[in-house]
Amino acid sequence: MRITTTVDGTSYTDDVEPRMLLVQYLREKLGKVGTVVGCDTSNCGACTVHMDGQSVKSCSVLAVQADGREITTIEGLSADGQLHPVQQAFHDSHALQCGFCTPGMIMQAVDLLKENPDPDEEEIRAGLEGNLCRCTGYQNIVRAVRAAADKMQPSAAPEAETSREPVGASMPSEVAQS
Amino acid sequence: MTAVAEPEVGRARLRKEDARLITGRTRWTDNLSLPGMLHLAFLRSPVAHARISKIDTSAAKQKPGVIAVVTGADVAEEQGSLPCAWPITEDIKIPNAPSLAVDEVNFAGEAVAAVVARSAAEAVDALEAIDVEYDELPVVLDMNEALAEGADLVHPELGTNKCATWVFDSAEAGSGGAIDDAIAQADVVLERTFRQQRLIPSFMEPRSVLVDPTGEQITVWSATQIPHILKWMISAVTGVPETKVRVIAPDVGGGFGGKLQVTPEEIITFLMARRLGRPVKWTETRSESMQSAHHGRDQIQKITLAAASDGTLKGLKVELLADMGAYLRLVTPGVPILGAFMFNAIYKMDAYRFECTNVFTNKTPTDAYRGAGRPEATFAIERMMDELAAELGRDPIDLRRQNWIKHEEFPFTTVAGLTYDSGNYEAATAKALELFGYDALRQEQRERRERGDTVQLGIGVSTYTEMCGLAPSRVLGALRYAAGGWEHASIRMLPTGKVEVITGTSPHGQGHETAWSQIVADRLGVPFEDVEVLHGDTAASHKGMDSYGSRSLAVGGTALVMAADRVIEKAKKLAAHMLECSEDDIEFSGGKLTVRGTDKATDIQSVALHAHVAHDLPEGMEASLDSEATFDPENFSYPHGTHLCAVEVDTETGQVKIRSYVCVDDVGTVVNPLIVEGQVHGGVAQGIAQALFEDAVHDESGTLTTGTFADYLLPSAADLPSFVTDRTETPATTNPLGAKGVGEAGTIAATPAVVNAIVDAVRHLGVDDIEMPCTPMRVWRAVHSGTRAEGGPGGEAGGGLGSIDASGGAQ
Ligand code: FES
Ligand code: FES
Repeated sequence: MRITTTVDGTSYTDDVEPRMLLVQYLREKLGKVGTVVGCDTSNCGACTVHMDGQSVKSCSVLAVQADGREITTIEGLSADGQLHPVQQAFHDSHALQCGFCTPGMIMQAVDLLKENPDPDEEEIRAGLEGNLCRCTGYQNIVRAVRAAADKMQPSAAPEAETSREPVGASMPSEVAQS
Repeated sequence: MTAVAEPEVGRARLRKEDARLITGRTRWTDNLSLPGMLHLAFLRSPVAHARISKIDTSAAKQKPGVIAVVTGADVAEEQGSLPCAWPITEDIKIPNAPSLAVDEVNFAGEAVAAVVARSAAEAVDALEAIDVEYDELPVVLDMNEALAEGADLVHPELGTNKCATWVFDSAEAGSGGAIDDAIAQADVVLERTFRQQRLIPSFMEPRSVLVDPTGEQITVWSATQIPHILKWMISAVTGVPETKVRVIAPDVGGGFGGKLQVTPEEIITFLMARRLGRPVKWTETRSESMQSAHHGRDQIQKITLAAASDGTLKGLKVELLADMGAYLRLVTPGVPILGAFMFNAIYKMDAYRFECTNVFTNKTPTDAYRGAGRPEATFAIERMMDELAAELGRDPIDLRRQNWIKHEEFPFTTVAGLTYDSGNYEAATAKALELFGYDALRQEQRERRERGDTVQLGIGVSTYTEMCGLAPSRVLGALRYAAGGWEHASIRMLPTGKVEVITGTSPHGQGHETAWSQIVADRLGVPFEDVEVLHGDTAASHKGMDSYGSRSLAVGGTALVMAADRVIEKAKKLAAHMLECSEDDIEFSGGKLTVRGTDKATDIQSVALHAHVAHDLPEGMEASLDSEATFDPENFSYPHGTHLCAVEVDTETGQVKIRSYVCVDDVGTVVNPLIVEGQVHGGVAQGIAQALFEDAVHDESGTLTTGTFADYLLPSAADLPSFVTDRTETPATTNPLGAKGVGEAGTIAATPAVVNAIVDAVRHLGVDDIEMPCTPMRVWRAVHSGTRAEGGPGGEAGGGLGSIDASGGAQ
């Protein structure tokens, strides 16, 4: 079947098998290997991307269902060499260790903050329930999401509002210790 | 910029690794593809024990895209037997362990055939066309039954299901008295049996292997913790010279011991790539991983603790049964032995005896999982300390304080014969108690009991230590381990003043690139940003023993410090020549080499360039500052700490809620507090998961019924609380960094803290134990029958995925 999909701002037209999953399409056809597969039962969330601005587990969407849709993956989140505030916050809060869950976690967190720009800890934990991490115990992930929320608040300082920061250049290399 | 103003070691540096990981530019093995690459898939046995009476692959070979189909018989000549590097006793029974089963399968999930095809989907499709006939054999699952007279046998050719029995006895070792005397003289003798359920490591990145046979060296990319050991073992198993094998562990998505393995899949992918002359890749599904990658824990522990009526410990007797599963993998039989020296923990006692019987069953092989042997030991002793406190009507902290090694008694040689170099249990405990608000919580507990609240409060304590920094090679040799425990590091001083560090450790989430940069920046006085850390590729990092057992910093970090010191030695010699003074007059500090008492100076970067161009070197000096070192530790390192957990137990539903969790760990000198804190969080989460959620359950036919993430309950963010973490710092005296290791501490400490808290909450209702995982069903049953809750093989899995707030977990 022929599909046309916009992925990270580029339009692609491809023939795909009807059974091909969106995550397979992204990884195998487009080489978008930033999105990963952690399970076969839709439990881990490692494969989370945005479809028309909503987070979906790309292992439970068929490639053909993405026809005519707009997909954003972790690779498209930091467009123009600017880190998204959630990416920045994951770095700043040491919210990743091995990093395998991280693309999915970040995409889910972005969606969570869109739905609820000012979540408390419990709401963050509930919002990330479909994304498993084996390394961090989640504490720093929760901290990162909360920090990103603060930064993305409309009331935050103007420069933080647009809040895309150059990759690398502005990555602080140390945090103050409590 | 200069990096010398503030010491790097101790700074909460953000990680160098993150940039690629947060942007999706990571090189996981499965992300790699090569021209002409083929895909491999395995057919796995659906039954736990059977003879293979027939395999017909002819139809599969006709399937679209299929290049080759092989069975065990087809590769029997080449595949050898998978290695067991730890034959713990002289008379240990080691079954032949083919990568592809030849005529018998011994666990459900064992690979019986492999398809290589042009695409992964075609390979999987063709599996269905392979016809296998199994003659089923009796399935052995229960360890006690397996040891009974006349039991069915997993490996009839061995004549027994008993793999080995390993004993430590303090009277025989001369490190203490005889256990029978201690028990005879004791006022109180407590006996308990605990089950360490089977766990699945559940690294998030599924295993993957890509083998490229097209070069002079066959290159193996693998999602492994142990590229160096894998290289050696591939050669040992297949007979291919080690010089013809290069192993690369690219970015690896977690391991937790689960990727400390030489797998059947690695060997078969290697053989098929070599046979076909084309790159071949295999990536597992999660279900495949859970069924066939090694499991952890799975012990039955019979513990006898003897004490005087005033609470003074007299002796400890440990009788273990440890489930090996169907085969002995890399360190399978040694895992319980890593716990053998830890049951006595931080306590003084007169006598100690440990006896472990390793047993074969028709289950997935067990092997290392975070903590490996030490969580089991810590669980047993910390549960027993609470039981003894209850028996004597004592405060559990008070009882521990009475028996632990006092800070002024270090170094202290224990009844198990280890010498603990340093520690301060008083300090860590005092800090934890304060952060926790111990007295107020005890008060609230009393009030809830008095008013018969349906929600009871429990407080659990775990004052753990562990032996890590694996390991002194001579000790490993004495324990019959086949390899050494040293680590290697080298430093290349580049002409531009930048520094490349090559380490034999193999990080997979631990942040070595950051921490190693900090160490070198400090030592050589170069900017943190100028240091690049190379690892995981045996062509670049030619020597190493890899990462596991909380060893990387204590052992590999020390090798790095030694290598840096050698760079400085060479630099001093050359600087003296450049500055025309005696070498003894050169002072090195913060990257500057100064002639003592003058302002004549140069810096390490200039000296590196001078060495590199080699126009003017002192007599006999080689044209390089590059240095390397191999460090073999004299002793293990002994992190310790105090973990306190408060739980609320709903006596009407059996629901357990962690109200607060405080831990104060002493992991010695800390290089990067941010990374250390992260390790503690993740470790504690895994320890809590054992206490409350996870259980690898087999049905009576030997099928793993928790074989997906829908059934095996890894905690989500909604299942876990926030932890309060803090540290005390007693430097290790056995390495120049003072580091003790942190990778396993949280996992070791947390499990007994949680279970002790649950039992404490309902002890007044007649409960003295609840089997793990402490599911709502088990807790409810314990509360309502006033006894320990039964579990055993076939017990239900824990609640997870939001179950703290839900009502029945998997029920
Ligand atoms: S891979 Fe999609 S949820 Fe696990
Ligand atoms: S950082 Fe390793 S799984 Fe989340």
